[in-house]
Amino acid sequence: MVEFTLPANSKVTEGKTFKASGGTNIKTFRIYRYDPDSGQNPRLDSYEVDLDKCGPMVLDALIKIKNEIDPTLAFRRSCREGVCGSCAFNIDGTNTLACTKSIDEIKGDVKVYPLPHMPVIKDLVPDLNVPYAQYRSIEPWLQADTQPPTGERLQSPEEREKLDGLWECILCFCCQTSCPSYWWNGDRYLGPAILLQAYRWIADSRDEATGKRLDSLDDPFRLFRCHTIMNCTNTCPKGLNPGKAIAEIKKALVQRR
Amino acid sequence: MELRSHLSRVRGLGASHEGTHHFWVQRISGIALVPLVIWFVLSVSSVIGADLATFKAWVGTHYNPVLLILLIATMFHHAFLGLQVIIEDYVHGEAAKLTTLILVKFAVYLIGACAVFAVIRLTFGS
Repeated sequence: MVEFTLPANSKVTEGKTFKASGGTNIKTFRIYRYDPDSGQNPRLDSYEVDLDKCGPMVLDALIKIKNEIDPTLAFRRSCREGVCGSCAFNIDGTNTLACTKSIDEIKGDVKVYPLPHMPVIKDLVPDLNVPYAQYRSIEPWLQADTQPPTGERLQSPEEREKLDGLWECILCFCCQTSCPSYWWNGDRYLGPAILLQAYRWIADSRDEATGKRLDSLDDPFRLFRCHTIMNCTNTCPKGLNPGKAIAEIKKALVQRR
Repeated sequence: MELRSHLSRVRGLGASHEGTHHFWVQRISGIALVPLVIWFVLSVSSVIGADLATFKAWVGTHYNPVLLILLIATMFHHAFLGLQVIIEDYVHGEAAKLTTLILVKFAVYLIGACAVFAVIRLTFGS
């Protein structure tokens, strides 16, 4: 059955508070801390940050905390400009990228949790092995039997336009981990991020494996666990619409019946 | 202990190739239910509170028995398809899932058959 109670050692307890030394523009960051090796429950640590001495984004504050207040805090980050997808967390109740989420937008304390319903490796670092394997399973590369021309495989501007809203996905898994269907059936349901990527190749005019791709998605669990809840589209930090991409796959499957 | 790779587990037994049919029938039956339910609500409102003889006459009038049977068959089939999705969503474990699906299927079609039988009896019975 679906789990209605938390597994052992997952109730979040109150953690330490790190007071700011001076400053007038203080904001409190409440951050989820968990170390599975310690055998202890996760806790919420509070860090007071002087915003006058901090960059504007949530990631700036996290880096400041790690550099200046508590070096034991673990999180992923890389590009700090919304293209690498590393710093995806649940911030202020919504999955988003810390590097593009402005601190100004958040009223009260800034709560930062790891992406929901994934195993936690440490603090804000989730285990993404399953979604990466799911991504691999849709064979996200161009497949064509026609011999390639001497130059590039050409697309008309109209054909290229069909990839807009799909190629921009950075695989941050904000949508994937916001989907209740993925929470309950993530072992078999591919989830919105992977299905958007699957559609990116189905929609590509240069790809010649559309039928094979649709065959591998025609499954009550892999695709049809999507119940158009639309959390994916609401939460996407890049403004993409995985819900629509999934609907397009369903349409293609109905069309070829 | 399971040492299979993540990819092996994700690929699992492969795609079952039957999700689309379920999805499509659920939509078609949903669309069919819109006019059927509107007709039923409008039509049955004329006999609310009526005695058995009047109600029997309403059931047997013109095309009413045909529409009633269509409504019942579509509604119960649609209901089962919806329940199936809910069970697959929330009941994990193959044995529990299969048992629940079979029991619910039997129950839904039993109630549906009783409803169809009631219409036939009201139409032709004494």
